[in-house]
Amino acid sequence: MIQLTNVKKIYESNLTEALYDISFVIEDGEFVFLVGPSGSGKSTILKLLTAEERMTSGGILVGDFDLAKLKQRQAPYLRRTLGVVFQDFRLIENRTVKGNLEFAMRVVGAKKKLIRERIPYVLELVGLSEKGDCYPSELSGGEQQRVAIARALVNNPKTIIADEPTGNLDPERSYELMCLLEKINQLGTTMLVVTHERDLVNCFNKRVISIDSGRVISDMENGLYDYDTI
Amino acid sequence: MTRFNLGYYIKEGFRSFAAHGFMTFASIAIMASCLIIMGSFSLVAINLEYNLDALMEDNEFLAYVDENYTEEEGAALQSEIEDIDNVAECQYITREEALENYVSGLEDSSLYENVPASALRSRFSVRVTDIEQLEETIEEVRNIEGIAKISASVDVANGLVTVRNVTVIIALALVVILVIVSFFIISNSIKLATSAREEEIAIMKMVGATNAFVCWPFVVEGVLLGGISAVVAALVEWGIYRLIRSAINVYTHVQLISIIPIRTLAFPMCATFLGIGLFVGVVGSLMTIRKYLKV
Repeated sequence: MIQLTNVKKIYESNLTEALYDISFVIEDGEFVFLVGPSGSGKSTILKLLTAEERMTSGGILVGDFDLAKLKQRQAPYLRRTLGVVFQDFRLIENRTVKGNLEFAMRVVGAKKKLIRERIPYVLELVGLSEKGDCYPSELSGGEQQRVAIARALVNNPKTIIADEPTGNLDPERSYELMCLLEKINQLGTTMLVVTHERDLVNCFNKRVISIDSGRVISDMENGLYDYDTI
Repeated sequence: MTRFNLGYYIKEGFRSFAAHGFMTFASIAIMASCLIIMGSFSLVAINLEYNLDALMEDNEFLAYVDENYTEEEGAALQSEIEDIDNVAECQYITREEALENYVSGLEDSSLYENVPASALRSRFSVRVTDIEQLEETIEEVRNIEGIAKISASVDVANGLVTVRNVTVIIALALVVILVIVSFFIISNSIKLATSAREEEIAIMKMVGATNAFVCWPFVVEGVLLGGISAVVAALVEWGIYRLIRSAINVYTHVQLISIIPIRTLAFPMCATFLGIGLFVGVVGSLMTIRKYLKV
């Protein structure tokens, strides 16, 4: 479960108020779109959830972690419960697909046996069983993003946070990728997808939280991403 | 909790060492060069000091015994001189021996055939332990009853002391400067290597790596960089030293300068190189990645 209660964030460096009073709850197993225009505060929410930034006031719970009390040295253990997917994939170029996944598992101290079992399973899930030995540069954008999703998934996190995962993909690949995220969600992983692609959001009929200027302006089950509401 | 996976850290350290070919080569070359320059200065300084010390050891003074003293009375003063702290060796030279020594040094000794030994004073040849206290020692010997006169080259001794002290200070200053320079060069090279891997570190942090997990492969890499640089520097230094030593031995017919054999210096040199190499490698690596770990 992810719970934000009256979260406020002011960036001390330039005193920008990024978030004013954000509150919402995402239950385990939900699929939620977080939408809003550029500068609305979406990225700030993600940074708070991954403990990259600290909130100014309010409360955030991510699973068993109370982020108001989280010490810096506990942050790695919080991050292990979250899988993060970025718009620009962020794969390690000089490692193969398998190498990238193995690296992510090694980081959390996974045993060799588990690594050997888990990687083929995850690659099959994202439809890249044949590409395990390829380097990222040998893959298309859509395939690279699937690797990024596989990496987010490989440590079996409770939640996957995807930050504009389709930003670099054409509409067809974007749709396929969103279907993949939906499939992963159906297997039990909570999914929080940040996007501003209206058509895509409207195709999937999921819960949509809209934010603008640091405030939640709508939160609807089976919602639509409607510019008129923003 | 993350297990302490030494094998993995070592493997990753080696992988990154090999993967950044040019940077690795550049770092080793720069660090080895610094060590070689530093080592060369130190070796020159050590040899200079060694030679100066040898020169100083030869520095002795003569204490003449009062001419009214008999040989026996004069010889009895030996224990008094030897009791002085700074006296390393004291040799009694009788009038006869003094004359003999003097005459044997001349080309035409016939002129002195009839000179009686009693024309000379018996004397002590005194060698001191610490040349810096030569003047005080001379004063103490002069105060002994029965010593009439002292003959010593105090100025030469003082000159040698000054030369040695200046050499040591210059060598120390150079070593300190070079350690600092090599430290910055290495940490800069590692900084370049690290900024190329900023993305990799960010990914590690993102998937939940602890700071220790991020650091260890860099420590291993630092150890490799420092260790290999030290070995390269030691081998080159050894070669240079041997060449110079044999060149000096060939060209100086009279053994004016004596070079310390490399065997005597090999262990301290290698240990110093290795110590500096490892310290700079590891601390340089850690300092560089520290800023990436705060996220």
